[in-house]
Amino acid sequence: MSEESDRGEKMSMKNIYRIQFIGVGGQGTIKASTIVGEAAMKKGLNVVMSEVHGMAQRGGTVVTELKIGEAHSPLIEEGAADLLIAFEPTEALRSLNKINCNSFVIVNSAPIVPFTVSLGISEYPELSSVFDELKAKIKNLSIIDAQKIAKEAGSIISENMVLLGAAVAAPEFPVDKDLVIQSIKENLPPHSTEINLRAFERGFEEVKN
Amino acid sequence: MKVKEILTGKKGEKLFLLGNEAAVRGALEGGVSVVSTYPGTPSSEIGNVFYKIAREAGVYFEFSSNEKVALEVSAAAAAAGLRSFVFMKHVGLNVAADSFMSTVYTGVRGGMIVLSADDPSMHSSQNEQDNRIMARLAGIPLLEPSNPQEVKDLMKFGFDLSEQFKIPVLIRTTTRISHMRGVVNLGTVTQGKEKGYFKKDPSQFIVTPAYVVRMRKELIEKLQQIEKKSESSPLNKIIDKGGNEIGIITSGSAFNYVMDVVSENNLKVKILKLAFSHPFPEKLVLDFINNVDNILVVEEVEPVMEKEVLAIIGKYNIKKKVYGKLDGTLPRIYEYNPDIVSIGMEKIVEKALIKRKKLSTKLPLPLRSSILCPGCPHRPTYFALKKAIKKLKLKEEEIIYSTDIGCYALGLEPPYNMGDYCISMGSSLGIGCGFSKATNQKVISFIGDSTFFHAGIPPLINAVHNKDKILLVVMDNRITGMTGGQTNPGIPLDGMGNPAPEVSIEKIALGVGAGLVKTIDPVDLKETEEVFKEALQFEGVAVVITKHPCAMITDAENREKGISIKYTINQEKCTKCLICVKNFTCPAIYIEKDGSVNINPLLCDGCGVCFQVCPKKVIEVKK
Repeated sequence: MSEESDRGEKMSMKNIYRIQFIGVGGQGTIKASTIVGEAAMKKGLNVVMSEVHGMAQRGGTVVTELKIGEAHSPLIEEGAADLLIAFEPTEALRSLNKINCNSFVIVNSAPIVPFTVSLGISEYPELSSVFDELKAKIKNLSIIDAQKIAKEAGSIISENMVLLGAAVAAPEFPVDKDLVIQSIKENLPPHSTEINLRAFERGFEEVKN
Repeated sequence: MKVKEILTGKKGEKLFLLGNEAAVRGALEGGVSVVSTYPGTPSSEIGNVFYKIAREAGVYFEFSSNEKVALEVSAAAAAAGLRSFVFMKHVGLNVAADSFMSTVYTGVRGGMIVLSADDPSMHSSQNEQDNRIMARLAGIPLLEPSNPQEVKDLMKFGFDLSEQFKIPVLIRTTTRISHMRGVVNLGTVTQGKEKGYFKKDPSQFIVTPAYVVRMRKELIEKLQQIEKKSESSPLNKIIDKGGNEIGIITSGSAFNYVMDVVSENNLKVKILKLAFSHPFPEKLVLDFINNVDNILVVEEVEPVMEKEVLAIIGKYNIKKKVYGKLDGTLPRIYEYNPDIVSIGMEKIVEKALIKRKKLSTKLPLPLRSSILCPGCPHRPTYFALKKAIKKLKLKEEEIIYSTDIGCYALGLEPPYNMGDYCISMGSSLGIGCGFSKATNQKVISFIGDSTFFHAGIPPLINAVHNKDKILLVVMDNRITGMTGGQTNPGIPLDGMGNPAPEVSIEKIALGVGAGLVKTIDPVDLKETEEVFKEALQFEGVAVVITKHPCAMITDAENREKGISIKYTINQEKCTKCLICVKNFTCPAIYIEKDGSVNINPLLCDGCGVCFQVCPKKVIEVKK
């Protein structure tokens, strides 16, 4: 890396915080990132976000990208994400082009194997090799079993809240935890708030410690 | 945020809105009275929001049977003096084109906005057409927002402009604007008039040659007037970052990428952002060109503005270089992003731009193709049809599967491979008619309920009248599914959630004279197979309507009632024949590493079709 690009990177990181969420259709990635965006807005920060709708939601990869700070476009430059939250192990690998060796990365260890693997038209790598690959490439890596934690918190559907909690615990995360909690309450049905907040706290603790 | 806040949010408040949600708020602030659409990604969420709030907002909203009808509904409302808003995906404007072109000629009385959501990179579309060209073809003023705030503000501006010049206004978004979320400062919601009154004037609203010759002249005069407006509009602004070596002309999403690359790299350039981009503000652009050494045009998809700039340069005999798509500085196809714009700009700024080291992997990644949902009624339809074909010993290569736009197009994926031809809404049947005449192959056309109402009826009439041999399968899942679940004429609810007459597909098929018409529930595999066997042997037009609600509907109903049925596989009795995995392919059923077959309870929707599929009947309800 040249000196100039190194300097540029640090400068831009000061002004803009870039977050990528990646998961599989139905995991609640869009909701989780919208909650972060609203919380950032509450803090008085500028925030832009890009989300995916339509055909990709039928079992496909779902990506959302957020830039908090003085950015115009929500699309994250290659290698520029400060934080990556992967809701599925191989989806973390799919996002490698968006991160660099200093990015903070949170990965859910629970795999989702697509039908193409059962049909023999694609391959799902050994989970251990996926984790080895991630550990070899990423310094700041946190692998958590969000599915198990969500179950313990009361509902497997709150998996996205576990991962959201984990994200908020990332160093330099630009939005206060309280604002994120407020935003959760405003975005999710009241009858599930208790479970969702429990899941969120458990995810937060998992990364904080 | 709750959806309702898009209506109830007060002036001065901020909401984190999707571009599509901002369009709704903009329409409400602009005092809209009538709103119409046919759903299509990336515009669909606009309709989903109106469905939820229109009644309370005192706005009339409908999911029209197709985009042409939607445009006509809004055109009539505007002719009656109301403000109207019609929106659609880019290719929807092709369906509406005939009336769209004429409405620009006739003009309007109340403000009318047509919003086209283009889809660069074709995330969910059949082509990458750039409707800024459509604006030029029609002679309609064009607005191009760059973020949700601008979407909202341009809606209001567009209504005023439309009323001032008595002409509809086109707003062009792209996927990255429609599906971009950003902070939006709210203005005041204005209540539109409830009813208008149509003051007759055939010379203005009948497009016979006697009148349109005059209208054509009036349109050109209007455009000349509007160009003066775009010349001086604050929507078109110069952002001066110092230096005059490079002047960048840009619009829409591309503007965002330019801004991010310029500020990150501290580039000394001048940027002309055009949000009011047709009629092209010639004098403004000319002034801009005269103040810089070279010009770079950054735009998605076609080199539309680039050619306008080249025309100005030619007209005024200016010797300056224009960089853009035509000289290869930027790619000719697909959507842009900051990296693509950065690579393009690096070619002309004589400075190395910031590039970061990215990571990569050599591990194989699983393919996540889109697939029919667990519990989807299309899957048993395809499964039963496949079995019927096999039982009748028909050869797959002798069958042409003409499919259509909707979830069921996923039938083209393995293991079904039932999709050979699909080009547009309703084409399954028109294409089927052609194959029926041009070949001796068996023709099977698939169409959904919403697509049938949209563009399937005229070709069905054609098939009957021209004595074609076609099996038409109408996959009636009681919803417009692919776009997220909107109502359609076959559903007893209208676009505002009010009770509405349910239009019968079966009666239409019988009414136009199809020879064999049967309605079945595809979840009953045995019966479905029998009906398909009969229909496959029918000489003439056979219509089989497979009627069963979309899994999105049944899942929601079950959740509400607290019903949760999950199936499981009896591991002791399972012979691992893999028919449920390889032939039926429900995404909930998977093979474990040890070779055993299991059902993922998180995905299982409890439809129970796998129980029927299993030859040993070892799939059972989980206790």
